[in-house]
Amino acid sequence: MSRTIVIDPVTRIEGHSKITIQLDDRGEVVDARFHVTQFRGFERITQGRPVHEMPALMARICGICPVSHLIASAKAVDDILAVEPPPTGVDLRRIINLGQIVQSNSLSFFHLSSPDLLFGFDADPAVRNILGVARQNPQLAKDGIGLRKWGQQIIEWLGGKRIHPEGIVPGGMATPLTAEVRDRILAGVPEAIAAVERAIAWYKTDMLRWEDEAATFGNFRSAFMSLVDREGNVDHYGGWLRVIDADGKYLADRVDPKLFNDYIGEAVEPWSYLKSTYWKAMGYPDGIYRVGPLARVNVAERMGTPRADEELEKFRWRVGRVAGSSFHYHYARLIDTLHSVEKIEELLRGPDILSKHVRSTAGINRNEGIGVSEAPRGTLMHHYKVDDDGIVLWANLIIATGHNNMAMNRSVLQVARRHVKGETIAEGMLNRVEAVIRCYDPCLSCSTHALGQMALQIQLLAPDGKVLDELSR
Amino acid sequence: MSTVFTFRIDGKDVAGSEGQTVMEVAEENGIDIPALCHLEGIHDRGACRLCMVEIAGSPKLAAACMTKITEGMDVTAHSELLLEYRRTVTEMMFVERNHVCAVCVANNHCELQDTAEELGLTHFDLPRISPKVDIDASHRLFAIDHNRCILCLRCVRVCDEIEGAHTWDIMHRGLETRVQTDMGIPWGESTTCTSCGKCVQVCPTGALFEKGRAVARGSKTRRPFLPWMKVVAEERGL
Repeated sequence: MSRTIVIDPVTRIEGHSKITIQLDDRGEVVDARFHVTQFRGFERITQGRPVHEMPALMARICGICPVSHLIASAKAVDDILAVEPPPTGVDLRRIINLGQIVQSNSLSFFHLSSPDLLFGFDADPAVRNILGVARQNPQLAKDGIGLRKWGQQIIEWLGGKRIHPEGIVPGGMATPLTAEVRDRILAGVPEAIAAVERAIAWYKTDMLRWEDEAATFGNFRSAFMSLVDREGNVDHYGGWLRVIDADGKYLADRVDPKLFNDYIGEAVEPWSYLKSTYWKAMGYPDGIYRVGPLARVNVAERMGTPRADEELEKFRWRVGRVAGSSFHYHYARLIDTLHSVEKIEELLRGPDILSKHVRSTAGINRNEGIGVSEAPRGTLMHHYKVDDDGIVLWANLIIATGHNNMAMNRSVLQVARRHVKGETIAEGMLNRVEAVIRCYDPCLSCSTHALGQMALQIQLLAPDGKVLDELSR
Repeated sequence: MSTVFTFRIDGKDVAGSEGQTVMEVAEENGIDIPALCHLEGIHDRGACRLCMVEIAGSPKLAAACMTKITEGMDVTAHSELLLEYRRTVTEMMFVERNHVCAVCVANNHCELQDTAEELGLTHFDLPRISPKVDIDASHRLFAIDHNRCILCLRCVRVCDEIEGAHTWDIMHRGLETRVQTDMGIPWGESTTCTSCGKCVQVCPTGALFEKGRAVARGSKTRRPFLPWMKVVAEERGL
């Protein structure tokens, strides 16, 4: 008899979701789906608000990555004001954005995923958690907590508070940096670098255990998208969009991020609140691409900082120029973090970083604005339309997790297929299905804003997959 | 020379001149009575009902800002009953419109927020009305978000009494009551508004704000101008 396996809720991710795996009467996996069951609706609730409120409103989407939304939103409002923030304002935004990347990447790697890597996917959940990590490998847990703290402190010192900081405003930053704060952040750099490098060293020795897993952990051909700077290196704040295919060939390069609508489409499936974005030239659902740390290291020529570049070379030597398996998100995330720490130091040592000129002001000069930046989980896009008084008429958000939606579904299916054999479900299958989702570090609370009818679909499937009956509303 | 009255507030002997209000004498004696519509420098109106006090011998509560002092009166400004009453009044202000402190321009600079905190208003028992309310951002410098207006009418009074423009007034009744500019036309089209910004400075909440101010950046620091303006107005017999 055919049956459905439901994993509900999926744990150690940010947000609420469930996974369903459809088996036929021989016990073979027919389909697997990652359902995002929560709904936020920020695209609708911000309508009617003054545009200057948008960064702070959008920050409320997420308590983990408020800075990412603040940055993309402030950039979109900059666009509506038609202003360029002063260079120091941009640099301070870059630093606080990188602080966000450090703390969120650390949360994903150390707190959420390292238990799987340290104890194995089949270990007892009672020990397979961050407290277990603290007992088994105290240094690893300490490094994770320390890195996250350092990133959060940067956000607090530059933005006013750790969660939902108010210092990132349209036109730049609300307050300039003081020498005292700069020195306080710089004092933490050596330890932050040491902590990431210890984690990378541990991961590299540990990684050999997982080569077999990596082969089926979301290992498929897809495109990758990220922002890059003038030299083609990783750029977390600005630059141009570059998209490569699975062989590293450019599908698009030097694309002004404000033109993303020409390249990316959004599709809605009735069984999830999460929109799926796709590469328009390849259509839906073939235009599958990935974003996030793995995409950043795949897409960029180099990271652009010495230590991270050294690690990137080793990464490419191990897994190839374009890593195809989503398992390598973990490795890429650590390199991304190392780069962020180095870049923060570089920016803080800039000659004009203490300049008092950190904000430009202007009235409403355009009725439409787009802001794009790299969030920890990938490329983040905010797009607003306002009336002549600056009241928001319409907003569209494309969140990194949405870009990865199709890839996550495909990964779940791949892992389910490998671990379900005939009538028996291989031990650890459920854990692995959850773990493959964790590779993408999805943030569902960030990404579910489409408004419409409540998604509900009931399908009656025959063993051959034929739809016998279907109800939907 | 005016007559001096002696009387008691919360058991404390106090004195004031004839014509003064209970609120004025309380302020002079360091007795804090919560209020949102009262503001030194403009005339009182008794709009917010937060300063209600008990007067011995009177069957009903009286607004301290509107009640003239009399010889020998015995005022209770703080009691369990009054606290509960004030908390409910504040709660009603919150549920009547849409107040979201976390994303408000006046966060941490808001008298309504401060009052709620002082009174220990931690949650709402009354159902929220959640009305659909407009924002008028047509003015070049300022905007009004009616979601956050508590109808204290400070803007109406300051515009009339200090600036002398009388751009602001009120329209409609009951729950539909709104402050309005000129005869209900968009603020940006007002021919009487001098763009002086006094209304923004006296607004106790984030209802009136300077455009371009980000969330929590709407501090109102130029309010001390008011008492001086009033003195000048009185000296000139205006």
